[in-house]
Amino acid sequence: MPSLFFYLFTAITLGFGLLVVTARNPVTSALCLAMSFVGLAALFISLDAYFIGTIQILVYAGAVMVLFLFIIMLLDIKAEEGKKPNLPAVIGGVVLAVILALQIVTVSSSYSLGKTPLKNAPLSLNKAAETSVLPTISNDLKVGTLPDAKLMGLTLFKQYGFHLQAIGLLLLVGTVGVVVLSKREKGGQDA
Amino acid sequence: MITLNHYLIVSALLFSLGMAGVIARRNILIIYMCLEMMLSAANLTLVAFSRFRVVEGLPDYAAQSLVFFTITVAAAEVAVGLAIIVALYRSKQSVEVESVTKLQG
Repeated sequence: MPSLFFYLFTAITLGFGLLVVTARNPVTSALCLAMSFVGLAALFISLDAYFIGTIQILVYAGAVMVLFLFIIMLLDIKAEEGKKPNLPAVIGGVVLAVILALQIVTVSSSYSLGKTPLKNAPLSLNKAAETSVLPTISNDLKVGTLPDAKLMGLTLFKQYGFHLQAIGLLLLVGTVGVVVLSKREKGGQDA
Repeated sequence: MITLNHYLIVSALLFSLGMAGVIARRNILIIYMCLEMMLSAANLTLVAFSRFRVVEGLPDYAAQSLVFFTITVAAAEVAVGLAIIVALYRSKQSVEVESVTKLQG
């Protein structure tokens, strides 16, 4: 049964991903990308990464896609009608993508550890509960649930505190940069 | 039976799809969406490896922290990139890559 869901969400992710690349209308592309991200979030959740799956939906399918749709509608971009696709670029893109996919598939299928099924890498929550420092985490582990968000928080703040602050600074710089970029220059000739 | 390879191959296909889009399309916004797809494909690889490398009975949370940072950087990058696209549209009245050839010799 889990493998059925894997193939279903893989089909959603890759099928809508293909539509993103082939659709003529940018709005169609954006909506298909949102669906593709939802399928990808389901794949994350199938890998017991509940927190990452949730922020994938919140940040990508929510915030980023709204930003894309807002810009598409702000600039009023029409579908490319009557324009022929750039044939050499299309051929080059498809050939390169096929070569890259074949390479990765060949390499990963000769990778011996890649053949371990999910059953052979079981989580042992009881064992983790014994070594856990925080009572809230070890209590959750003893009940038999995986406190994914708590463990992510523990890792982020215990091991990657500095990195977290650097990311905060990056977001601040990004915000200031966007304001500077979208400010109209005084006396500029742009309309 | 789902193995690690299944996830790696899905990620490879998603990445190649995004790369084909970046090369073949001429609309900058769609190129940008394909870039986001490639970033997400890399995230899928990281999460898959994190789940299959069990450390003390739990998935490897170092990899998932890296995914968290990647998603944050991608969000900041989208905001800045879209501001650049808006600035480009203001000066060229177009979002086609063919209209931006000033650096071409």
